[in-house]
Amino acid sequence: MSTKNDNWLFEISAKRKLIELNFGEIWRYRDLLFLFVKRDIVTVYKQTVLGPLWFFIQPLFTSVIFTLIFNNIAAISTGIIPAFLFNLSGITAWNYFKVCLTGTSSTFKSNAGIFGKVYFPRFIVPLSKVISNLIKFGIQMLILIGFYCYYVFWGGYELSPDWHLLLLPLFVLLMAIYGLAIGMIISTLTTKYRDLSILLTFAIQLLMYLSAVPYPISQLKEKAPEYSWVVDYNPLAQLIEGFRYSLFATDNLYFNWSSLAVTSVAGIVLFLIGLALFNRTEKTFIDTV
Amino acid sequence: MSKAILKVEGISKQYRLGLVGTGSLVHDLNRFWHRIRGKEDPYLKLGAINDRSAKATEDYVWALQDINFDVQEGEVLGIIGKNGAGKSTLLKLLSRVTSPTTGVIKSKGRIASLLEVGTGFHPELTGRENIYLNGAILGMTKAEITDKIDEIIEFSGCEMYIDTPTKRYSSGMTVRLAFAVAAHLEPDILVIDEVLAVGDAEFQKKAIGKMQDISKGEGRTVLFVSHNMDSVLTLCTRAILLEHGSLSLEGATDVVVEEYLSRSSEKSQEDLTKRTDRIGTAAIKCTKIEMLSTATDRVIPEIVSGMGVVFRISLEVFDKTLIGEEINIGLTIRNRNGTFVTVLNNKMTNVKLYINEEKAYFDCRLDKAPFTLGEFRVDFNLQRVKTKEFFDRVETAFVFTVHDGDFYQSGTKNAFGRQGLYIDQNWILNE
Repeated sequence: MSTKNDNWLFEISAKRKLIELNFGEIWRYRDLLFLFVKRDIVTVYKQTVLGPLWFFIQPLFTSVIFTLIFNNIAAISTGIIPAFLFNLSGITAWNYFKVCLTGTSSTFKSNAGIFGKVYFPRFIVPLSKVISNLIKFGIQMLILIGFYCYYVFWGGYELSPDWHLLLLPLFVLLMAIYGLAIGMIISTLTTKYRDLSILLTFAIQLLMYLSAVPYPISQLKEKAPEYSWVVDYNPLAQLIEGFRYSLFATDNLYFNWSSLAVTSVAGIVLFLIGLALFNRTEKTFIDTV
Repeated sequence: MSKAILKVEGISKQYRLGLVGTGSLVHDLNRFWHRIRGKEDPYLKLGAINDRSAKATEDYVWALQDINFDVQEGEVLGIIGKNGAGKSTLLKLLSRVTSPTTGVIKSKGRIASLLEVGTGFHPELTGRENIYLNGAILGMTKAEITDKIDEIIEFSGCEMYIDTPTKRYSSGMTVRLAFAVAAHLEPDILVIDEVLAVGDAEFQKKAIGKMQDISKGEGRTVLFVSHNMDSVLTLCTRAILLEHGSLSLEGATDVVVEEYLSRSSEKSQEDLTKRTDRIGTAAIKCTKIEMLSTATDRVIPEIVSGMGVVFRISLEVFDKTLIGEEINIGLTIRNRNGTFVTVLNNKMTNVKLYINEEKAYFDCRLDKAPFTLGEFRVDFNLQRVKTKEFFDRVETAFVFTVHDGDFYQSGTKNAFGRQGLYIDQNWILNE
């Protein structure tokens, strides 16, 4: 047999590499990626009255409620940062993580129809979710910036972001990686065990309270020091806090390079685990879904 | 010698039967435990062969077993076999939707198939947007689609509504638009599943014509899956026959088709009660189909066009609670090559049938048998009227031979030399 001399375009077999990300193939399908992103953005608010305004309403209202409950009633101090702005920044960042996670976690389940009929690199789907959500996140950042300017110029608050602002994209990237990684792990497990998708909806709600969204880490350490491990070992809490630090750069917030490094490495490891599971599942999930 | 563009080597595919429940977790853990000790997957050893009829004794079944074949560049290869022989599993493997349990498929070109009509259509997007989305899912680039978009829109016949969201389309329009996209794919290897009878009759003709154009002209490599032996014979140069998940024959199309047909004729010689290749709940089964002459009331093996005949269908009730149930009997008559000829069904004549005894027979009388010469095949269908579920379905349950006769009693031999039907006709001379 002279099969060795032949150059096959691709081979389909049961064997697989543990981690496989074929960038060439994803690049070939870039138009599909773009169209998926476009579909996600265009179709969400079709046939709604307020349309894209919904992108703003959800974080704004949540921030108002949070400010009322956590800052006015529970009297959590946010230092020199106005409470509303503090909440808005946390919610905007958390939302991005959340939609990345929920978007990717249903990859296999909600695309079973397409996946069952036609091949394209499956990774395109979670990737498109992360990108389309990034665009929505960008829109939400605009209101955050708007309120930021309002408080600085008209509110008389002395907020002075420094060069740490340059770290902002890194935190956004890390949130995307965490959302993608956990989402991929859940999506592979839900193909066989549907329980997880039920668990996810309330787990994510609870996780938010454990991840320093409605409070700064320093407040938790001050008021409940015996529970400080909740945020110390929670990379998401580190990310939210870091995101805020890069915006506000005050001593009230907790930031150091070593924890950023640990969070990044952990994120990449988690991503590789997610990818390995995803690769394993994408080949045969259609038999079990 | 031409070069192989696609090589299928030792492909097998195993499926787990039954529900995925707690048992599956145990199996998964067991499998995992074997793997970390470096042992073979314990469940790969078991598995029954793909014979739908046999009672499932194992939890696993081989849908395909050790399939080997090559496809040469520019060749049109027919894949034939009965329902459940593994054709669709093979297509799924070739289109990379799922991966084989063992074996390798090697390809030198992009494979796309026409079986994914309408995948990824989003109801909120307009027809035009959906063409782009669907095209991209099928592997086209944006530039390729832009080049062809006018052609696609014209082929679909949806020009007027192309900028309307597809949720406002009729189902027929959606299918036409979807097929139009798929038909304009230009992969190196095209997989066509002809079973995709879509749209209205006119569009179907257009679609099949397009498929034939694709397969005949352009020297494209095509894998063609069909039940219709006529189109396999006209389109394919070579064919493979699948039976119970194994490749049982490979060769020139006419040889393979001939073998397939005679094998299913042989099947019909078997005692119908012993046939196991049937689908349905089996609460009531067909035990015998016979043909009788109305003149003598005796069973006759062969008939002549124009004579009076009776199809006698004997049934047996296995679930006694069903005695007295209203049933619906359908006989689908096909020509030797599997092309549809006509249907006999009591529903069409508005006659209600009830099965009142454990063993009963039903007659369908044709005063003038309209069949032209040759061998005809009869597929049997038995349906419960109340729930529409099928009690019993048997492909090629009965075969009968027709000798051409004087259907019109005009005293001349009418033979038009092809298999079909005579219909009553009146010619009028207008002066």
